[in-house]
Amino acid sequence: MSDHDEDVIIETLALPLDGWHRARGGRMVEFAGYWMPVQYEGIMAEHLWTRESAGLFDVSHMGQITFRGEGVVPALEALMPADIAGLAFNRARYSLLLDENGGILDDLMLTRQAASEEDGEQVYMVVNGATKYDDIGHMIEHLPDEITLNLMEDHALLALQGPKAVDALSRLIPGVETMVFMQAGSFDWQGHDLWISRSGYTGEDGFEISVPAEAAEAFADALTAQPEVKPIGLGARDSLRLEAGLPLYGHDLSPETTPVAADLGFALFKRRREAADFPAAARILAERESGPATKRVGLLVEGRQPVREGATVIDASGAEIGRVTSGGFAPSVGAPIAMAYVPLAMATPGTRIQLSQRGKTHAATVTAMPFVPHRYFRGAK
Amino acid sequence: MSRYFTEDHEWIRIDGQTGTVGISDYAQGQLGDIVFVDVPEQGKGLSKGDEAAVVESVKAASDVYSPVSGAVIEGNAALADEPALVNSDPEGEGWFFKLTLSDPSELDSLMDETAYEAFVAKL
Repeated sequence: MSDHDEDVIIETLALPLDGWHRARGGRMVEFAGYWMPVQYEGIMAEHLWTRESAGLFDVSHMGQITFRGEGVVPALEALMPADIAGLAFNRARYSLLLDENGGILDDLMLTRQAASEEDGEQVYMVVNGATKYDDIGHMIEHLPDEITLNLMEDHALLALQGPKAVDALSRLIPGVETMVFMQAGSFDWQGHDLWISRSGYTGEDGFEISVPAEAAEAFADALTAQPEVKPIGLGARDSLRLEAGLPLYGHDLSPETTPVAADLGFALFKRRREAADFPAAARILAERESGPATKRVGLLVEGRQPVREGATVIDASGAEIGRVTSGGFAPSVGAPIAMAYVPLAMATPGTRIQLSQRGKTHAATVTAMPFVPHRYFRGAK
Repeated sequence: MSRYFTEDHEWIRIDGQTGTVGISDYAQGQLGDIVFVDVPEQGKGLSKGDEAAVVESVKAASDVYSPVSGAVIEGNAALADEPALVNSDPEGEGWFFKLTLSDPSELDSLMDETAYEAFVAKL
């Protein structure tokens, strides 16, 4: 035994659609341990295409995990503040994996999949790519032995996002158009079982589709053969989610941030608050009452220069009082925007603040998020 | 007029004692959509290798270094309103700044067009 880790060269891994992206001119970069396409024709064009038509994103780096076993719902509830018992089957919910101090270990989506007599109930979860193995380690440690956990490494995950996503997908898979935002279900495509939810990370209507790895290329081909659909890289995924006001784990969320400071209070469900039975509930509920020291807010930055992660929020004397956690040029806004943690007294929309980046001061205004309105499909009008 | 390139993908076009500086077509392609350019002010003194300008794409901020020493004559004011000129015409309308060279012998350490093309081909 040695008291320090050996140097290990960790090889960057290829996902099921690796060759598919390269053949289509995707510029591949290392991300979360995998080769991923950062862009095709350009981030700006891809971003705007997604907002007006439909973009196909490969998010197979994310962890797709299923949980089953006696008492799976209360077992998972012990790790997060979601009301899973109150969730209807085939409905998805956003939640947060919390540590014993109330810090955020990851943010995730979970869906209750309908019970069958022989198999019992199953919960399907999607977690972030960079954190999936840590999440699994944490959950294995804290879940009872009766719960089995399966990382679906034999499945790709695609997201089809944009106002015309429903037109393109329903042409291939009739029936998906009847689902509403955060509804999910099992569908057949050419003999392959797909798990599809009407959800996403762009603020647009759209779907997230779990597809067996061996069918991923053919399915991606079928989608991009639709006139509405172009492949989109991770670069536009980031600018789209920033405009939608959606936090990115590892940047806007971390073990140092709590659900209340991150302005994700909606993830603290009423039944769970009343029972105070999620990790660090006492601390989080006290913070919810008294207000957090700092809070995640949206910023409209003056001028044209992007202010990015790592820039500081400063007071009149130049002292650091907060930090920018995401930022960049917003193609659909036409101006730089950012997310930052600021002192609670400055978190009201309309508050003017100063930012410092590489020795230069930028003026910004706290603004309500999203920066671009969400256009989720919540049912026929 | 002759043109030289740096390993950091700046170009400089020489006309007498005046040099015009920009970034190469290869560089703009790597950066992607340019959304902001900060050019140096008139009169600013630059040494070879100094950070002279900032170029920001949707993805990231990058420094542009001065290929030679000299005094800035002007920055390209058109880039303030239309930073995408760097994408559409990087080696023409998308120039960054002009300067008066203080030591033309510094050009000897730069690559000519043929050498730069060979350099980029290996990247």
